[in-house]
Amino acid sequence: MLNKEVAVVGGGPAGLTASIELAKRGVNVTLIDENLQAGGQLLKQTHKFFGSEEHYAGVRGFNIAKKLIQEANNQSVDFLLEGSIYSVYEGKILAVKKGKSTQLISPEKVIYATGASEKVINFPGWTLPGVMGAGAVQTFVNQHKVLPGRKFTIVGSGNVGTIVAYQLLQAGAEVTAIVEAAQEVGSYYVHANKAIRSGDIPIFTSHTVKKAMGNESVDSVKIVEVNENWQPVPGTEKRIETDVVCLAVGLRPRTKLTSLTGCQTTYSSTFGGEVPLHDKSMETSINGVYVAGDVAGVEEASIAIEEGRLAGVSVASSMNYISSSTAADQKQEIRNRLGLLRGGPYGEEGAKEKERIRSIFNERVTRRESRSVKR
Amino acid sequence: MKESQEEKAALSKDKLFELPGFPDKEELESGPVAVIECPEEIACNVCEAACPFGAIEIGKEIIKVPKIDPDKCVGCGQCVSECPGLAVYVVDLNYTDEEALLTIPYEFSPLPKKGEIVTGVTRKGEKASRVKIVSVDKKENGTPIIKIAVPKSEIHEIRGILIEEIND
Ligand SMILES: Cc1cc2nc3c(=O)[nH]c(=O)nc-3n(C[C@H](O)[C@H](O)[C@H](O)COP(=O)(O)OP(=O)(O)OC[C@H]3O[C@@H](n4cnc5c(N)ncnc54)[C@H](O)[C@@H]3O)c2cc1C
Ligand code: SF4
Ligand code: SF4
Repeated sequence: MLNKEVAVVGGGPAGLTASIELAKRGVNVTLIDENLQAGGQLLKQTHKFFGSEEHYAGVRGFNIAKKLIQEANNQSVDFLLEGSIYSVYEGKILAVKKGKSTQLISPEKVIYATGASEKVINFPGWTLPGVMGAGAVQTFVNQHKVLPGRKFTIVGSGNVGTIVAYQLLQAGAEVTAIVEAAQEVGSYYVHANKAIRSGDIPIFTSHTVKKAMGNESVDSVKIVEVNENWQPVPGTEKRIETDVVCLAVGLRPRTKLTSLTGCQTTYSSTFGGEVPLHDKSMETSINGVYVAGDVAGVEEASIAIEEGRLAGVSVASSMNYISSSTAADQKQEIRNRLGLLRGGPYGEEGAKEKERIRSIFNERVTRRESRSVKR
Repeated sequence: MKESQEEKAALSKDKLFELPGFPDKEELESGPVAVIECPEEIACNVCEAACPFGAIEIGKEIIKVPKIDPDKCVGCGQCVSECPGLAVYVVDLNYTDEEALLTIPYEFSPLPKKGEIVTGVTRKGEKASRVKIVSVDKKENGTPIIKIAVPKSEIHEIRGILIEEIND
């Protein structure tokens, strides 16, 4: 068994910034990610990101990853890549699989920054080759420079759907439609507009997929209008020729490991599903187990960056690498920046939801205190 | 699409003219100036940071909608290339008697060539008049900016180009 001070699970923006903050303050930290390279979702993003300077705004996603990895290397973060955590024992003992070998790591503290996974919707034909998630499409097109088809129909008009539409146009594909069950386009105006003005893409709001059709793989998709109760309206079916039905219907926090650990959760539709309860310092209901980024509620990379920093500072302070007063100041600065990011009609919802999660935490989670008192 | 749905993907001119990033008529006539078509409160202030002349204001609350100061703007186009939303353009109404000069971001390859005639595309993605490429500036950040000469009557509609072979 490998004894470590801190293990950070997940090498996306949240895991990277958490590790950097820890290493900067002299903590011995191991960053574990299942991929060949750290960076998480950022590696697939060829577009420039929003935010402000502290969040590498205006920089393309994959370049933000490069910058963070370099910073982590400068701070001597210990990387364990191609290492997948497949189980957790006794709260904090991590079982890692790398290649054919497995290993146990026993850290004093753990930060889970495992990100999110894609949601899917089912319809007749959804198992045909050619029906795939937006993440898979991005991996093909943006990372491996291969188009998995010529014509694409995108299901979902949130930021992911409209961004993927634009990236597909850049790659030379045709986007035959964006299909959205809600009455309005869900993404930021600027993302939607840059896609439709680059490709004259028909947007079918109040529509959903009825069926994907084809013999060996998808050759067309049938869509249908839905009423206010999201029920199909008979007689409104349309058939669209397409090679790929790309599902961009949302993300859900990847909470398998925090659940195995026994962290208490709450359901949050705003944040994509079950979310581990956490306090203002990103600590969960289990002592010494922290979360940051999309696993703590699906939001944005800029927020993941700040939450990672917050978790990093919190852990460093709990291990006495910095005084609690220094930590309090540093945490406040980060929270102020988070407050600025969570403004406006899109961000406010996140701010309220974090508040709600914290109040549930405060109501329910007394176990930590009582346990430490008993000791 | 119904009107309200359309507005979520391509704003009407009336709505755009009301934005703090949209200079008024007089300001547009007095020389090249940035027009910022970024209508929502989103957490972003890249344009403000990008402008070397301090002509774009968002402020500490980075979710505020960007505001243009036409007196300070020289129409250099730096913000056009830097905006991650590709939502900023430069409009010069005094290019020729009939034509205005429009600066747009363009992230597609191949890039058009100087002097080439291409199809103008509106903010809704519809084809418009044929337009001439006046200059192409590949930028280091990967978002080239292109200047195109467009009919004055379409200066508030055309926001992109389509390179297609047509015998004009
Ligand atoms: C198409 C698209 C466009 C986006 N555009 C923007 C944008 O413009 N601006 C913005 O701010 N945000 C944007 N985002 C959101 C942003 O990418 C995410 O919010 C951000 O990446 C979340 O960071 P994270 O560190 O929490 O998780 P992730 O980036 O998802 O990283 C998690 C990492 O953990 C690893 N992992 C998970 N479980 C294990 C395990 N058991 N063992 C080992 N490793 C594990 C994963 O493989 C992954 O590498 C976009 C997202 C998408 C999909
Ligand atoms: S065009 Fe140049 S001067 Fe005008 S706002 Fe943009 S960056 Fe500033
Ligand atoms: S940089 Fe672009 S997207 Fe960001 S606030 Fe300015 S105009 Fe809007």
